[in-house]
Amino acid sequence: MGKAIHQREGAVMILGGGIAGIQAALDLTELGFYVYLVEKSPAVGGVMAQLDKTFPTNDCAL
Amino acid sequence: MLTNADLLALNGTPGNFTATVNLRPRYIDADACTACGLCTQYCPRHHVDPYNEGLAITRPIHIDYAQAVPATYYIDPSSCLFLEHGTCQICVPVCQSHAINFHQKPEERILNVGAVILSPGFGKIDSKTLAKFSYGKHPDVVTAFEFERMTTASGPFQGEIKCFSDGRHPKRIAFLQCVGSRDIGCDNGYCSSVCCMYAIKEALVTKEHDPEVDITIYYMDIRTQGKDFDAARERAEAIGIKFVRAKVADVTPWQNRLQLTYATLDGQHKFEPFDLVVLSVGLESPKDARKIADITKVELNRYDFCATGSFNPLQTSQPGIVVAGAFQGPKDIPESVTQSSAAASLAAAAMRSVRGKGVEVLSYPEEQQVGVEEEPRIGVFVCHCGINISSVVNVAQVAKYAGDMKNVSYFTENLYSCSQDAQEVIKKKIKEHKLNRVVIAACSPRTHEPLFQETLRDAGLNRNLFEMVNIRDQCSWVHAGEPELATLKSKDLVRMAVCKARHIQPLPEQTVPVTPRALVIGAGVAGMTAALNLADQGFDSVLIEKGDTIGGNLRHLHHTLAGDAVQAHLQDLVAKVRSSQHIELVCNAELAQTAGFIGNFSSVIASGKGPDKVEQTVDHGVIIVATGGREHRPEKYLLGKSKKVVTQQELEKQLASKAKNRAPGSVLMIQCAGSRGDDLQYCSKVCCNHALKNILKIKEINPDSQIIVLYRDMRAYGFAEDAYLEARKMGVVFIPYEVDRKPEVTEKGAKVQVRFFDSIMQEEVIVSPDLVALSVGIVPDDTDTLSKLLKLPVTANSFFLEAHVKLRPVEMAVSGVYVCGLAHGPKPVDETIVQAQAAAAKAAIPLVKGYVKVDPIVSSVEQDKCIGCGLCVSLCPYGAIVMQKVDGKRKAETISASCKACGICAAHCPTFAISMGGFTNEQINSQIEAFGDRAQTVEA
Repeated sequence: MGKAIHQREGAVMILGGGIAGIQAALDLTELGFYVYLVEKSPAVGGVMAQLDKTFPTNDCAL
Repeated sequence: MLTNADLLALNGTPGNFTATVNLRPRYIDADACTACGLCTQYCPRHHVDPYNEGLAITRPIHIDYAQAVPATYYIDPSSCLFLEHGTCQICVPVCQSHAINFHQKPEERILNVGAVILSPGFGKIDSKTLAKFSYGKHPDVVTAFEFERMTTASGPFQGEIKCFSDGRHPKRIAFLQCVGSRDIGCDNGYCSSVCCMYAIKEALVTKEHDPEVDITIYYMDIRTQGKDFDAARERAEAIGIKFVRAKVADVTPWQNRLQLTYATLDGQHKFEPFDLVVLSVGLESPKDARKIADITKVELNRYDFCATGSFNPLQTSQPGIVVAGAFQGPKDIPESVTQSSAAASLAAAAMRSVRGKGVEVLSYPEEQQVGVEEEPRIGVFVCHCGINISSVVNVAQVAKYAGDMKNVSYFTENLYSCSQDAQEVIKKKIKEHKLNRVVIAACSPRTHEPLFQETLRDAGLNRNLFEMVNIRDQCSWVHAGEPELATLKSKDLVRMAVCKARHIQPLPEQTVPVTPRALVIGAGVAGMTAALNLADQGFDSVLIEKGDTIGGNLRHLHHTLAGDAVQAHLQDLVAKVRSSQHIELVCNAELAQTAGFIGNFSSVIASGKGPDKVEQTVDHGVIIVATGGREHRPEKYLLGKSKKVVTQQELEKQLASKAKNRAPGSVLMIQCAGSRGDDLQYCSKVCCNHALKNILKIKEINPDSQIIVLYRDMRAYGFAEDAYLEARKMGVVFIPYEVDRKPEVTEKGAKVQVRFFDSIMQEEVIVSPDLVALSVGIVPDDTDTLSKLLKLPVTANSFFLEAHVKLRPVEMAVSGVYVCGLAHGPKPVDETIVQAQAAAAKAAIPLVKGYVKVDPIVSSVEQDKCIGCGLCVSLCPYGAIVMQKVDGKRKAETISASCKACGICAAHCPTFAISMGGFTNEQINSQIEAFGDRAQTVEA
């Protein structure tokens, strides 16, 4: 098993790619940092991607 | 983005962590996969679909949902025939882009990072806990997560709500609240803080599907304490959703239905039959919480959520590691989003010295000039999308049809227009045929337009010289049974796009420089925290305070429910603010005037009083509104008339004093005094916990004190539920009252008398407590003036209205203005601190960049046609249009940096003086004319 080492200054790791992790990643990149978003499932989005509408405005969640 | 990845180890110190991450194979090459979906159609094996909560069957090779990111399929090794048994491999030849790769191996990566944010989310309640409600025994008992998938139009039943037992439509549905929350039986003592909201939402959605369905929500307390959440509950009640205060003891199958057994407050046992029972399951700590704690060495609380404190709510026990979202404690989407931005600002502050070092800046070739007079040379690319489009639409015919149109200099078909090699082909053809407009007929511009625009830029074309036609969603998908008509419609759409493309013009890519300074209005805990966070990120603020002292409401508080000392934190904050080189504090100051837009505001600050009054002008790039709120003082229950009636805030002060009788022998508390449909329409979120905090303090000082609490719903959400339980264990009596039977307080000589209806005893009770404490609610400090000055919208309850209640909770509709603290809505101190940190994160974004990008699609005013009526100024929701004097005449002008391209101004302008970039009248008219012109009689 090969090990790739990623050397990069100004990087942050975010563990979990649900709505919280995604928002933090977006903000951090805008703030000038490189982000590793580590998500255990095959896609980011978390539970919010399973929701239909959101409370209290019934906006679409996706 | 590392998906299918697990954290194996984390070592090091803040600024220099080493993380080991294991990437599990997807068995599909992400770069080659075009997400066409052919593999799933051919895969012979069944796989229970976890995305649909196990309610549907998919295949081992699949994608969770069409919009998934990354848009790459994957193979679940637990059910793949080849990975399990070494057979099958049907998918390999099926995949036309040769993306399937069974040779992929797990890969370990070492990441060097300066900070870590933990956002692993939450776990789900164990099915053992659900079994006592017949879950797993009867098919018509479902969890709210399953029910959510049932009601979803894109879900496994296309939104049709059915009983699993026999497929009938349920006529009676029951929601059971607090399943797996507030339940010491399963060791989840806390309140999950979201279930009341989602139950109401799902009930409302169900009513939309079938207005005849009868819905009852069984609850202990309805905890809709969030901003404007109570209004949704009232809406639910108004359309006939029933709320019954009862803990359901048992759900048993009865004939083809389910029977609920419950006891009401007045001691009656009741039975009620339902067709479908929905369990409002709580949020648990993530399944791998202990593993994460082992790896990262962060401390967990007694419920295995991440342990944090009141004044630094996102800081874990490990320096350099912060937490955000439900792992910090159960919470809803807006709270999670706010915490995430706040966590980002904390990480950004900690790593300020290396900011910008890890990011790569994209560069593009110089843009080719395309003049207005230049003859359009249009290239049309029609996509097969594998067989997604071409199995229905005759792609070759559509491409040929486009090729015959005037100005079309090149046409072709692509197997996958979005693939990497197709981008190279598009670039090559743009150069080869000197194309100056590109039309792509493929899938949805929502997902793919940015990719193609990027390709145009790479080819040296302005990205707005592009038009996209969606012949997948609008033709091959919806008209799958009518290939000829679908082809005809594709031609119609392509023709319209080509006709529009003849008129499209390059739009400028503008940027506006930013003054790197913030104006923070209000020096309470919110304003101070925001200014300090900006200072930590290296930015200057002017912090203005209306009063002569700073600290706001924190000055009146002494300890938090968690027991932390408030005054010590306040002193620390004040000292930091006063000594910060980045913060200019101006007291006795008010905002007199503001002009400008994001990045370039100029404000006049008036400070001092009378003859000492001075005005100073400050240039700044962003504004943080933290004007706060105060205790509401209702003129009822003898408040202000009797010394024996106080507010919770006054009681807290008394309890913190050295007075001998500070904790009286008998105290009666009245919740929602003046709130929730009284003077104030809303719930103030903090009062129930404030009452609990004071109760525990009274009991600490005087354990014999007898305390009665009259309440409507005890909203001890999150971990505050522990305090509620503790108070009840200490013998504090909690009695709910109905809104039409409010308690009455009268004076009887030197005593006060409280008369109320005891809903448990079912009789009127009169008591004479030593003290009556009112939980009075919070009102915003004057938001009216600032709302007018900055054109900021407010809610019906006069709090500032955020740009989006879920996804942009601290931004305002006006670009460059952010809100936090009580000015946004009632909230406790920890949530205020987080929100202030989030506002600082958002405000820092333009400051870090140093410029603001102006979206090319903005409105512009043709000044010759403008008659200066000002209609557009009054209609613009973003304050993006101003009136200017041009040669003595009033003319409208768009502030491009503030414009959100909604088009309201253009639609309403009586003289058609306003047009939208990329959507001019000429362009839209040519599209409409082309629509009705199959014979193509109308030319360019």
